[in-house]
Amino acid sequence: MLLGFFEWCETTRIGTAVRDSLWLFPVIEATHLLGLALLGGSLLVVDLRMLGWGLRDRPIAELARHVRPWLWAALGIMVATGVPLFLSEAVKCYYNPAFWLKMRTLPLALLFTLVVRERMTRNPALDTSVRSRLAGGVSVALWLTVAAAGRWIGFSG
Amino acid sequence: MPVERFLEWLGNTPWSVALLESLYVWPVVESVHVLTLGLFVGTAVMHDLRLVGVVLKGIPIGEVRSRLMPWTRAGFGIMVASGLLIFYSSPLRYYHNLFFRFKVLLLLLAALNVWLFHRRIGPRIAAREDDGRPPRAARIAGLVSLLSWAAVVFAGRMIAYSWFDCDLQPQPAFVNWAAGCAVEP
Repeated sequence: MLLGFFEWCETTRIGTAVRDSLWLFPVIEATHLLGLALLGGSLLVVDLRMLGWGLRDRPIAELARHVRPWLWAALGIMVATGVPLFLSEAVKCYYNPAFWLKMRTLPLALLFTLVVRERMTRNPALDTSVRSRLAGGVSVALWLTVAAAGRWIGFSG
Repeated sequence: MPVERFLEWLGNTPWSVALLESLYVWPVVESVHVLTLGLFVGTAVMHDLRLVGVVLKGIPIGEVRSRLMPWTRAGFGIMVASGLLIFYSSPLRYYHNLFFRFKVLLLLLAALNVWLFHRRIGPRIAAREDDGRPPRAARIAGLVSLLSWAAVVFAGRMIAYSWFDCDLQPQPAFVNWAAGCAVEP
């Protein structure tokens, strides 16, 4: 049944358009990478600070407030470019273990970032501590896994 | 061509062959190269966006630079090391890849911008550090840097495509010229 849905994804207009074009896939892929850089930057400003590095003269909450719009923009770019890439080769993704690893870790990373980390970094009193270091480390580890699994989609299958 | 002879020899060294034919090492090196974008371009982008004046406003540019630069440098080091390894795995192929040549050119431009910034604009900002809108030169330098790195990433991603490879003929004359392809007339 799930495979049926993936097959349908490939028949969507966006899916066929990307697949039938020589340059659409590479261009969207490259934009996905630019989004990755922006996402990495806006995550790291806060994560490094939570680990006790980076802009350590500033409160964590202040940095988080500054980069929040950029984090959202980056996530928006990632989804807006990632979905068409997926639609163009959904069936290939269905049989691709790296794709499924990404689909399992991505919700975890999003949930952690937008709920757990977000709640922590809204607290103006939060400074580098065991708790913040743990959160920063988990954030980096989760997103690294998502990114690595994403890259591996192209290698496996 | 002596360059091509050297690159052909380089590509035939045992380590180069082993790297290219490895099942996991090559993809891992490539993944490291791509993932480090988040560290290198990521921190550089935050610095450049600060120069433009759209993020981390209220934090002096000098502070943003001195705190993030070590991470940008570390990221750049990983980029160069993994990039050189990838080149080493197939030197002749990359040498004649149009997008690779374009990327090297763009890298030189990006480097020139970094050099100009450190020589000219950086000290001027440090001299008149304020929390408000950055001076015009800083905003332009930030924008040029953002665009140049984005172009480098774009060109880098396109290297994977062999649309303009020398063995795919016929190609327009300027493509063969730019990719350095020797074509029988």
